[in-house]
Amino acid sequence: MKFGVVIFPGSNCDYDTYFVLRDILEQETVFLWHKDHDLKNVDCVVLPGGFSYGDYLRSGAIAKFSPLMQEVKEFASKGRLVLGICNGFQILMELDLLPGAMLRNKSLKFLCQFVTIKVENDKTPFTHKAKKGSVLRIPIAHYEGNYFAHPEIIQGLEANKQVVFRYSDAQGNINEEANVNGSLGNIAGITNREGNVMGMMPHPERASEILLGSQDGRVIFQSIIEYNS
Amino acid sequence: MIDRKLLEEHNLTLEEYEKIVQLIGREPNITELGIFSLMWSEHCSYKSSKVHLKTLPTQGKNVIQGPGENAGIIDIGEGLAVVFKIESHNHPSFIEPFQGAATGVGGILRDIFTMGARPIALLDSLRFGPLVNSKNKAVMEGVVSGISSYGNSIGIPTVGGDVYFNECYSLNPLVNVFCLGVVEKEKIFYARAEGEGNPVLYVGAKTGRDGIHGATMASAEFGEDLEEKRPNVQVGDPFKEKLLVEACLEVMAKRLIVGIQDMGAAGLTCSTSEMAAKSGTGIEIDLDLVPQREERMTPYEIMLSESQERMLIVAKKEKVKEVQQIFAKWDLDAVCIGQVTKGGKLRVKANGKTVVDLPVEAIINLCPVYERELKRPSYLESTQKLEPIPQPKYYNEPLKKLLSSATLADKEWIYRQYDHMVQTNTALLPGADASVLRIKDKKKTLAITLDGNSLYCYLEPRTGGKIAVAEACRNLACVGAKPVGVTNCLNFGNPEKPEIMWQFKEVIQGIAQACEVFGIPITGGNVSFYNETDGVPIYPTPVIGVVGILEDVSKLISPGFKEEENPIVLIGENKEEISASEYLKSVLNMEKGSPPQIDLKKEKRNQEFCLEAISLGIVRSVHDVSEGGLALCIAECCFLNEQKFGCNLELKDEIRTDALLFGETQSRIVVSTQNQNLQKLLDLAQKRRIKAAVIGKTGGDNLVIRHLDQEVVNISLEEAKRLWKETLPEPYKIR
Repeated sequence: MKFGVVIFPGSNCDYDTYFVLRDILEQETVFLWHKDHDLKNVDCVVLPGGFSYGDYLRSGAIAKFSPLMQEVKEFASKGRLVLGICNGFQILMELDLLPGAMLRNKSLKFLCQFVTIKVENDKTPFTHKAKKGSVLRIPIAHYEGNYFAHPEIIQGLEANKQVVFRYSDAQGNINEEANVNGSLGNIAGITNREGNVMGMMPHPERASEILLGSQDGRVIFQSIIEYNS
Repeated sequence: MIDRKLLEEHNLTLEEYEKIVQLIGREPNITELGIFSLMWSEHCSYKSSKVHLKTLPTQGKNVIQGPGENAGIIDIGEGLAVVFKIESHNHPSFIEPFQGAATGVGGILRDIFTMGARPIALLDSLRFGPLVNSKNKAVMEGVVSGISSYGNSIGIPTVGGDVYFNECYSLNPLVNVFCLGVVEKEKIFYARAEGEGNPVLYVGAKTGRDGIHGATMASAEFGEDLEEKRPNVQVGDPFKEKLLVEACLEVMAKRLIVGIQDMGAAGLTCSTSEMAAKSGTGIEIDLDLVPQREERMTPYEIMLSESQERMLIVAKKEKVKEVQQIFAKWDLDAVCIGQVTKGGKLRVKANGKTVVDLPVEAIINLCPVYERELKRPSYLESTQKLEPIPQPKYYNEPLKKLLSSATLADKEWIYRQYDHMVQTNTALLPGADASVLRIKDKKKTLAITLDGNSLYCYLEPRTGGKIAVAEACRNLACVGAKPVGVTNCLNFGNPEKPEIMWQFKEVIQGIAQACEVFGIPITGGNVSFYNETDGVPIYPTPVIGVVGILEDVSKLISPGFKEEENPIVLIGENKEEISASEYLKSVLNMEKGSPPQIDLKKEKRNQEFCLEAISLGIVRSVHDVSEGGLALCIAECCFLNEQKFGCNLELKDEIRTDALLFGETQSRIVVSTQNQNLQKLLDLAQKRRIKAAVIGKTGGDNLVIRHLDQEVVNISLEEAKRLWKETLPEPYKIR
């Protein structure tokens, strides 16, 4: 299948994601330039992590005006797969492809560390190869990853099983201590109602090789690949 | 008219001024005076340090570029080279910690990508006053956020470094930033202004009034006017720099330019005159064309501004359009502000008038060089007299105190604010002896470490200099890497004082000796003098950055114990050396005596043995003994893995228990091994005539140490790790 990784000015996990998709998972992968209007016939668009537009104004707030985002919205509306990682998740929320917003971490500090997340829904195109209830060890690296939404939105997310990942301890217990950034309901990743757009704060591309300490992130990319085949 | 007061404001002596007049054959105008004051400042000219720096070894068969360029370059094989350097941003970081540290990161990054290399790692060496003082607390918090904000945003991982706390840094904290980049050997770029008529392009941020006299500020002591200096600190924009990195690397890769130089300290002045001086050419620019973000800036202000995120490019004449297109793609302007000329002059025009007309040679190469007076400081008389040291009966309490000393405690509170994983090359997470980074698609793996114990240097500068190099190399050996090159950042007090200059000379001699023994060249670095407030200097603080190579990343090893029942082996020997230790400092409140002595040849042999043991795969964990001594080293081995392993040590050395546990005798490394490999390890040691002895084995939930059949330490790992982890976050807890 063919992946497209979008480059915004200030993206900095673009090459990391490209490397995992192309070199580790051996998939055809292309970069998509934010100023273009061309999705190059990809099967899945990935909005990578980083600091698009320096995170100035608000994370993702300026990136949503990039020309390519018109095409990405259309692509998503047709049920095609869109994955947003970290800053990509923030951009998806600004684009209204996903509900909610990110507050600053409860510690008011940037956090870069391995965390454990529990798979809450294994029926999505992004997680069907993982087992519900299993725990993935994947790093986070963000300042604004404290998920927030109005109670009725949260209720909707829960009712529709749109919560895909929650911060948990290594045994899969969802508790306050495991909730590193203070997210409502320990939410680490969600999909849209239709399930074809997913945003997650942890970085699966940083957990796809033993050398880097974990390959638990691969299951997400592998799910996408198998879903598409 | 130029009078004494004006000269004083520009930090120039009367003699220096007279030399300027003689060199240019007339009185300089105010803009020209400003230019000389910057380029002849200590920060830019190295006028006090030059004579001593010359004694450092800089040659080696892998050296592509030694000192004198933006950064040093070492050939690492496989067609690649590493470009690296360390630089200080001390003065700005005290006045305005967040921006001072952030722009320190921005500055060193530009030095690296200017040479065509993509930066892949940042490390920081930080020195603060004790955190009980709220000002120190705020400085550390600001510095760490500044580094975090800049490095994270631009997407270059901050993978390591070191942090020490000492009263001497309360009014002069140190922020030394190291950066390393990787470049294909054929694609290295230099700061050259070649080709008469080639256009000079200004790229990046617009020029404002920020940072005027930054370099001069870094060349004087702090006094009561500290607060007034705040406007001298620049403001960083990591997003703009990220765009600059991408655009510059693109024009370099496409070979559209002749030379490139960043506008760091001394801004437009330094970049224009240095590029011309290195090429034996001249440069002519028109200030009316310089993008400005403030109104009515004078030529003096434009030439001296240290606004960040700016670069000067000499493009190939026929490629200007293409260069401009690439910058436009990244939403950056590339404005032609002048051209390369012959005749070796820097000519600057504003409003149609020539406002600067100076020979670049005079600006860059004819600054006076000082062989300053040296004097052995008198404090050494009293520090060398060591009164009797009381010995405790039981050592749990002193060990707990050490675990909670800020210098020795866990630094996670700091490094988890840094994105240390972006670029997905970080093979060893922070907290290990050295940072390890793979290079994608290549076999070679890089290891980097920063080191420098200033207490040793204060008490015996030459020994301190030697140990800084030796320990850095030992840290590399502990992860399985061989050292290939060194950069140094030398932080000292006021060089006009003979005692400071003596410390400087001694430390340099120590560094030079150690580099000779280890056979590693110094490829550049930075000198930061005037780290002094109200006449009180910091301890002499060299920070040594060493880059090493691991040939086989599958052999990579980490410091924590890996399993139960593994024999623990000490490489090297225990001696009764307790003075100048962290134990004396933080438990008994004494900063006295001589630092541990070091036999560099023995050190090197121990390291080589360690490297061989790692390459043979006969050790499971490796950690060096440094500050805090054997006891702290062992404690760290117990809990540096996520899974903790206790241990039982049986020590037989007939020396004082306090020295045995906490003394900082050099050249020691603690390894653990599996039972089946123990004999191989000991045989190898014997073959190489290395002292290696089994001192205990892993297992249990406690750290237990017995000395001459007496239990001297028995502490639960749970408690030990908690103390070690809680020290740094504690002062910052929101109550």
